[in-house]
Amino acid sequence: MSTSFLDSFRDPALAKDLVFSIEKLAESLGRPINIMEVCGTHTVAIARSGFRSVMPENIRLISGPGCPVCVTANKDIDEMIAMTRLPEVTVATFGDMIRVPGSSTSLLARKSEGADVQVVYSPLDAINLAKANPERQIVFIGVGFETTTPLIAATLERVAALNLENFSVIGAHKRVPLALEVLVNDPQVTLDALILPGHVSTILGVEPYEFLSSQYGIPGAITGFEPVDVLQGIAMLLEQLHRGEAQIQIAYMRGVREEGNPTARAAIDRMFEISDATWRGLGAIPGSGYRIRDEYARYDAKRRFELEVEKTIEPKGCRCGDVLRGVISPNGCPLFGKVCVPENPVGPCMVSSEGSCAAYYRYQVQD
Amino acid sequence: MCLAIPARIESIDEDRVASVDIMGVKRQIAVDLVPKAQIGDYVLVHAGYGIEIVSEEFAQETIDLIREFPELAMDGAL
Ligand code: SF4
Repeated sequence: MSTSFLDSFRDPALAKDLVFSIEKLAESLGRPINIMEVCGTHTVAIARSGFRSVMPENIRLISGPGCPVCVTANKDIDEMIAMTRLPEVTVATFGDMIRVPGSSTSLLARKSEGADVQVVYSPLDAINLAKANPERQIVFIGVGFETTTPLIAATLERVAALNLENFSVIGAHKRVPLALEVLVNDPQVTLDALILPGHVSTILGVEPYEFLSSQYGIPGAITGFEPVDVLQGIAMLLEQLHRGEAQIQIAYMRGVREEGNPTARAAIDRMFEISDATWRGLGAIPGSGYRIRDEYARYDAKRRFELEVEKTIEPKGCRCGDVLRGVISPNGCPLFGKVCVPENPVGPCMVSSEGSCAAYYRYQVQD
Repeated sequence: MCLAIPARIESIDEDRVASVDIMGVKRQIAVDLVPKAQIGDYVLVHAGYGIEIVSEEFAQETIDLIREFPELAMDGAL
């Protein structure tokens, strides 16, 4: 193991101990072990700290579907772009959505053509836009996992309390555990253990993942974002595999409670009902999304406005879908680093800073 | 995109909007999802909402982490 790798830790001695136990456990397991990191922020942390190159030979870290922008289907992106063609509409979005290519254009390209597209850091800013511009219809793009969905719900409750008539959401919210169930059943990928997302779990707690261990015998570790947290998560998973156990453990007690955040989950339930959703790469997954409840239909932009949506065309040659499933790693895509680079991305996995292609490109991960 | 950043609550108004200090920057966040949060608490902030109350020690560690890896905080995670 290189000293430069250890130097990047705040506590190199602790990191060294963890790497040592990972090596020992890997040796005694003696078979190939595939561990998927589900969350895009973990993908960045792992790529940044060069973990892949110090892992024992039989331990493979696979990047998963945990970038909300990346898993948004092209059709949903095209619908969001179609909103920008309605003259009365101002589209408000988080920054990471703006460069994502749809079938023929992006929100950013529409903005440079004069469409009214505004980047906000919080849906609260979008409420302020609605208050300040009563003659405009503000449509907020709601993309995200369980971390983000409760605050979209809370925002709509604020909108209802304020009686704001010019605010709605075009949503593509997704439920992480449902995608994990599809992945563990995918014959093209073998998963032995999962590094589970930190902040999705802040909301969900442990219970929604328990089917992984009880039904599929796959251990999971909810992990934080310090490099040493990730190492600790890997060591915990190998330890479980070594003992032949499968549990969902929290290696991130500081940010995740066993029961999650029930207030946030209740906010989701008041505003949304569970619906089917289509994921890039994973396809249609029953019950894996959220839809605004009928009593709040006025806040659902798709039910409020008549949209003309172009025909969906997938980016040619892009293997983002396979990357999101862990079937290939980013450098397995023929376009990676050649035609497709962060300055000129072909697919969303190269656009978002936490997309696997962008992370592998930026940190020159060899895998 | 799912990153949450710790912030210290400095005041809370009757509208459940709090003024916080996020790594030296003053911001307004909503505390609808952390009903027990009080002045002086650290909360994890995601896209302008507090999503969990955390210890001061943890908050400080995370702030250091983000200073080291600013790319983790990119794309509107704040
Ligand atoms: S490198 Fe580019 S084209 Fe290839 S899978 Fe990633 S985003 Fe798609």
